Amino acid sequence: MLYNILIDPFVQMVELPDLFVQVLWEGTVAGVLYALIALGFVLIFKASGVFNFAQGIMVVFAALTLVGLHEAGVPALLALALTVAVMYALAWSIERIVLRPLVNQPDIILFMATFGITYLIIGLGEFIFGGRPKTMITDQLLLPRGAIDVQMLGGRVTFQKLDIAAAVIAGLMVVVLAVFFQSTRIGRALRAVADSHKAALSVGISLNQIWVIVWFTAGLVALVTGVMWGARSDVSFALQIIALKALPVLILGGFTSVPGAIVGGLVIGIGEKIGEFYWGPLVGGGIESWLAYLIALVFLLFRPQGLFGDKIIERI
Amino acid sequence: MTAAGGRRIGDVLLKVENISLAFGGVRALSEVSFDIRAHEIRAIIGPNGAGKSSLLNVINGFYHPQQGTITFKDIARTNIGPYDAASRGIARTFQNIALFRGMSTLDNIMTGRLLKMKVPFFWQLLRYGPAMREEVEHRRFVERIIEFLEIEDIRKVPVGRLPYGLQKRVELGRALAMEPELLLLDEPMAGMNVEEKEDMCRFILDVNDEFGTTIALIEHDMGVVMDISDRVVVLDYGRKIADGTPEEVKANRDVIDAYLGVKH
Amino acid sequence: MLYREAGQFKTRYDADMAVFPIRQDVIGIGLIIAAAYLLPPFLGHFAIGTVLIPFLVFSLAAIGLNLLTGYTGLLSLGTGAFMGVGAYACYKLTTLFPGVNILIWIFASGFVAAAIGVVFGLPSLRIKGFYLAVATLAAQFFLEWCFVRIPWLFNYNVSGAIEVPTRTLFGVPIVGPNATPLTRYYVILTIVIALTWIASNIVRGRIGRTWMAVRDMDIAAELMGIRLLRAKLLSFAVSSYFSGVAGAVMMFLWYGGGEAKDAFSINLSFTILFMVIIGGLGSLLGAFFGAALLHLVPIFLKFGLPALGLPIGGATAEHLTHFITGALIVFFLIVEPHGLARLWATAKQKLRLWPFPH
Repeated sequence: MLYNILIDPFVQMVELPDLFVQVLWEGTVAGVLYALIALGFVLIFKASGVFNFAQGIMVVFAALTLVGLHEAGVPALLALALTVAVMYALAWSIERIVLRPLVNQPDIILFMATFGITYLIIGLGEFIFGGRPKTMITDQLLLPRGAIDVQMLGGRVTFQKLDIAAAVIAGLMVVVLAVFFQSTRIGRALRAVADSHKAALSVGISLNQIWVIVWFTAGLVALVTGVMWGARSDVSFALQIIALKALPVLILGGFTSVPGAIVGGLVIGIGEKIGEFYWGPLVGGGIESWLAYLIALVFLLFRPQGLFGDKIIERI
Repeated sequence: MTAAGGRRIGDVLLKVENISLAFGGVRALSEVSFDIRAHEIRAIIGPNGAGKSSLLNVINGFYHPQQGTITFKDIARTNIGPYDAASRGIARTFQNIALFRGMSTLDNIMTGRLLKMKVPFFWQLLRYGPAMREEVEHRRFVERIIEFLEIEDIRKVPVGRLPYGLQKRVELGRALAMEPELLLLDEPMAGMNVEEKEDMCRFILDVNDEFGTTIALIEHDMGVVMDISDRVVVLDYGRKIADGTPEEVKANRDVIDAYLGVKH
Repeated sequence: MLYREAGQFKTRYDADMAVFPIRQDVIGIGLIIAAAYLLPPFLGHFAIGTVLIPFLVFSLAAIGLNLLTGYTGLLSLGTGAFMGVGAYACYKLTTLFPGVNILIWIFASGFVAAAIGVVFGLPSLRIKGFYLAVATLAAQFFLEWCFVRIPWLFNYNVSGAIEVPTRTLFGVPIVGPNATPLTRYYVILTIVIALTWIASNIVRGRIGRTWMAVRDMDIAAELMGIRLLRAKLLSFAVSSYFSGVAGAVMMFLWYGGGEAKDAFSINLSFTILFMVIIGGLGSLLGAFFGAALLHLVPIFLKFGLPALGLPIGGATAEHLTHFITGALIVFFLIVEPHGLARLWATAKQKLRLWPFPH
């Protein structure tokens, strides 16, 4: 028994290295997609101290809007532009209706408010688009199709072109966002707001404007995420629960670190896939549903502030 | 030797030896040593950032010093945990009020009795019976404290709604409810007007007088310090720079320099 | 005018500390309990089975979660799974020992849930606040997986579902296909009243105060001699006990069997959490209010609107429910973060002065 758990999986990895690389790649792709969702969370948290539980549903909503518009006859690229506008309208409404009245409330209240926003958007989305899953319009968005097969390590490893595109796009986004936060005036203002609403207000930063910008940016990230996720599997409300997977990613990478989101995403994605593939069969499979959380939990026990977080020194 | 209120000062109750405390690169305390005698009122003073609150936190068990020993009631420890400190008789108030905002004045002070409430879980489920009897007994004790501090009319008010001065009084009540032998007060008069300060002084002196509680007090108001304390210890940049009676400390050159900001 | 306390003076401390110190409140509660026992025979199966029974079960689960999240400040997203633990525990116990009365097993299954709750609460020593919620998510998803992948739990039934056998009390079937809704209702009602009374006792005593101290400022609590880990673990244990019993009641007295994976999913965890938030964190009364409101909204949309002449499809009703739930949460957080319970308390304050304006 012990052999099965501790030795055999590694033996398998070595015996069939091409399979191992395939699993590694699948994990990397999954990790990149998780990282994309996590990025949305990081954005809003970094800029407002609010953990936006609604990020997951924003991903779904953006994807649904895009596909819905296209189904209604709008050409793909125009639909994309219109969806961007819709996400702006969403950000503006959220700021106006939910965030503005709750300014200066403790973070836990704002967090619970995002639960409310989530269900509002779920209801709205279901009402407008119906509950049936839809297919993402990958071709029309000029995303590549097909796969590249590489002969390596005694076997064959398949790389889907779409996945490669996803990785590249995600990488680009991380770089852009990191630069945005560090170097621009708005980025600095965002960090100020995350630190303290009251202090930011007192130096003349317009909270309302900042929040609209932040939620809009998160909306854009959500759109990209929605397109990439939707391209790999159908667009449906089930995606929303997958967004919860972003939590272990954030725990590992830290809630305020843009590069951390990528690192965390990759660790969770790869860890999950390898765990499921090599150890899953020992217990009947399906451990993907909770393995990520377990990894995060164990991690938290040793380092309660996450990989990139700051050690909190309590003062009293 | 007799204390300010006429009580006889006893033997050493708490001794702090060579305490050093650092956070990362910041040295909060460096080799601080002094003692506190039973039934006395000991003031701890010094410019801002001198490490006074950190010192109290060390005595309390909240911070663990990298070096040094704390001897309380003849038992010496390098590290004392919060539970040990509390159960052996050390209570305190805080610089920025640490009351339980979700509860009323009465409930806050009742939490001070928690260490002494022992009726087991099973009876708590039923409430009527031993649990209720214990509640009533402790309520009686707490009511005496409420009467002593003259806060009867705000018993049921949630503490978040009370003005600052009253909150500080409730916090004192909560500490007193623990029936401590050593009471640590962190700037109990900060932010108060003259009348409130006089009331608080009176309460502190009464506590020391009636219950014999030893008091260690961080305070910035020199008038108060000179008036009510038996001995004073002065800290500056984490080091002890003077230790003695108020008159001795007042005349000490180093102390004057520290407060005026003269480099030495 | 009616709701005056004038003339009601308390001469003893225990009278002052009673649950309902004002005589009118005692009368009110008495009337409600009497109505709860006497009215239902006149209400139809629909009212009992679709409105009252689920309301009671949700209230019980909401009380459990409120103890953990409202009183102790530990956010938990695993309520659904702990309810499931109770349901499965009850099932195993009653199939292994069919001779023992089912009520005993319902109350016993809570202890199983409590034990598991303590295990998943252990991280609370090191992990605080929001991160702890992630630990409870781990519990939720792991336990859900167990419910499906460990066939021993559902006695190797091919369907994977719990099949509730018939059990009786004093010869009357209370569980299983032969139990009537009315019988089941009375059993649930009694269980809920008993456990609510116990919860109320706990929170008003030293344990409740300990929990609230941990919630409000755990550092100060620790410096006053409160052992944090013990207090938190006790909170997990008691809260999970309530959730476990609620789950057993849900499976045995409400659903009467079924696919537990769907029943005890993360959606249930969220539903109960929303009931607690809307009803009021840190208020037992709020648990009932929240359960009532969130349970009645979908019922009203599905059945009430058509009855009023506005036909509305089942799916649309569900979508509207989501929307209204979200809107309610946002509304309450803006207007009254302490939920319906606080609104009720404020209303009573005004009632004290009525008909005078101030």
